[in-house]
Amino acid sequence: MRMAIKAMGRRMQQPAAVSEDSWIEVVGLDKRYQPRRSAPTQALSDINLTVRRGEFVSVVGPSGCGKTTLLKILAGLSPKTDGAVRIAGREVTKPLPEVGMVFQAPTLLPWRTIFDNIMVPAEIQKLDRDKHRERAQQLLELVGLTGFERKYPHELSGGMQQRAGICRALVHDPAVLLMDEPFGALDAMTREYMNVELLRIWRESGQTVVLVTHSIPEAVFLSDRVVVLSPRPGRIAEIVPIELERPRELSVMSSDRAGVYVDRIRSHFNAAGVID
Amino acid sequence: MATTDVVDKPPRTDASPPGGTRRRLDLRERPQLWLVPTVFVVVVLAWEYGTQLLEVDAYVLPRPSQIVEALQRQLGDPQFWSHLWVTSQEALLGFVIGVGAAVLLGTFISQIKVVEATLMPYIVAFQTVPKVALAPLFVLWFGFGLTSKVVMAAVISFFPMLVNVIEGLRAADADRIQMLTVFGASKTQIFRMVRLPSALPFIFAGLDIGIVFAILGAVVGEFIGAKEGLGYLLLQTNYNFDIAGMFAVLVVLSVMGLLAHFVIRLLQRRLAFWAEETKVIGA
Repeated sequence: MRMAIKAMGRRMQQPAAVSEDSWIEVVGLDKRYQPRRSAPTQALSDINLTVRRGEFVSVVGPSGCGKTTLLKILAGLSPKTDGAVRIAGREVTKPLPEVGMVFQAPTLLPWRTIFDNIMVPAEIQKLDRDKHRERAQQLLELVGLTGFERKYPHELSGGMQQRAGICRALVHDPAVLLMDEPFGALDAMTREYMNVELLRIWRESGQTVVLVTHSIPEAVFLSDRVVVLSPRPGRIAEIVPIELERPRELSVMSSDRAGVYVDRIRSHFNAAGVID
Repeated sequence: MATTDVVDKPPRTDASPPGGTRRRLDLRERPQLWLVPTVFVVVVLAWEYGTQLLEVDAYVLPRPSQIVEALQRQLGDPQFWSHLWVTSQEALLGFVIGVGAAVLLGTFISQIKVVEATLMPYIVAFQTVPKVALAPLFVLWFGFGLTSKVVMAAVISFFPMLVNVIEGLRAADADRIQMLTVFGASKTQIFRMVRLPSALPFIFAGLDIGIVFAILGAVVGEFIGAKEGLGYLLLQTNYNFDIAGMFAVLVVLSVMGLLAHFVIRLLQRRLAFWAEETKVIGA
C-alpha cells in the first residue's frame, strides 16, 4: 500500500554513496548560543545519531534540553556550532528541499484554501503542478480530508488543521519528515486519535520521521527508537529501541512491555531531578 | 405591538431558529437594526418641530424640510452636477496618487531596515504637521485649477496609508515566515505569500481613512481658491445666506464619503475576507 503515494519517485538525485542505514547523520553536533555581553550557553553537546531510511525516531527530554534546537538544526533553520549534519547525503547548512516539517501549531495561511495551503511547498520549489495536485489529492484522502479542499483553515477543527499541516509537509515527497511537538496543542482524545492516524500515514507513505515530543507514552507508542536527552546542555542520555510489534493499536500502551519502556525513559528524568 | 409575542417566548436555545421567525429574532438580538433608524427619525422630527417651536431663523438653522427642498433644487440643476463631478475627480485622483505612492514607498521602506530606521522619524514628524494648513501653499504653487486640489487630496490621504502599509508589512506572523523558510522560500516568495496578504487588512484600513481624507482635502483646497467644486459651492451658498443650500451640499458630501466607505468595505470583505472571519472565530 505504500505505493500509490510513493510512486512518483524521488525527484532529486542522491549521491551514490548514501546508505539507507544512515539516511540522517548527526556527528559530534554542538550548539552554543552566544548572547551579547554574557557567557555562552551550551544548548546541545556532542550529539551523535544515525537514522535509517524509513525509521520513526522520537526525541524526548525535559523542557529546555534543546530538543527543538536539534530539530531546527536538522531543518536548516538554526546554524550549528560544531559537528556535521547530513540528510540523504547532503550537508545541512540551510533549509533543504528534501525536508518536510510539521509545526506545533498548524501554521496554515488563512487566506488560502486547504488545498492551496497543502500546495505551498510545491509552489515554493516550483515543482510540476499537475503531478503534485494529484499527490495533494491523494494525501488529503490519506488523512481523511477529502471534500475539504475548498474550505478555509478557520472552517476546520484544530485536529483537521494539523492533518492538513501533515499533508503540506508531505506534498513534495520529502526524504525526511520533521515534527515539532505536532500534537501538543490538541486535547488528549484528539491527540491519541492523531497518534494512531500518524502511524497509519507513516506506514503508507514510508517517510523517515524525526518527532520531538514531551510525552513519553506518545514517543513509545510511535517510535522505532526513542532518543532521550539530558537537561541542559542536551546530551544523549540513552537511545531506547522500542520493540513493540507493528502495526500498533492504542491498546499496546496498556501492555507491560510498553510500561517498562515508559518507566525506563522516565527514570532518566527522575534521576536528573526533573519530572516531566 | 407586534413584537410582544416574540418577547413572551422562552429564551432562545442554541439551535438555529426556523426560517419563519428569523427576522424577528434578529431584531431582538441586534436592536441596532431598528434603533438606528428610530434615532434618525426622532432627531429629524425634533429638529423640524423644535426649530418651528423656538422660532429659529432659517438663516441660522434651516429645517430638515427646507434642506430637502434645497437638495431637490440642486439635484435638478446641471451646474450642481458639474460641481459634484469636479470634486469627485479631484478626490479620486488625489486618493489614487496618494495611496499608490504610500504603498510603493511603504513597501520600499519596510524592505530595508536602515532606510526604515532613517526615514521613520521624518515620517512621524511630517505626520504631525496639519496638512490642511498646507492648502494655501498648494494653491500658490499649483494654481486655482484641478492640480492644487489633487495634490491636497493626495498629501492628506498619503500618510495614514503609509503608516498602515509599514505597520501591515511588519505584522506578518513569524511562525508563518518560518514555515515558508523551512520549505525553501526566497525573500520575494515570503513577501508575496505571507507579508503582502498579512498587510491587506491594514491596507484596507488605510484606504478607508484615505478616501474620506481625500474628499476632505479636495474640499479644503476648493475653500482656498477655486471656481468650481462642492467646496466652492459651499462658500457660494454661505455668502448668499442660502444656509439650507449649504446643508444640502453637506448632505451630498456625506453621501459621497459613505458610498466610498461602503465600496471599500465591500472590496475588503471580498479580498481580505479572512481577517474578519479569524477575528470572529479565533481570539
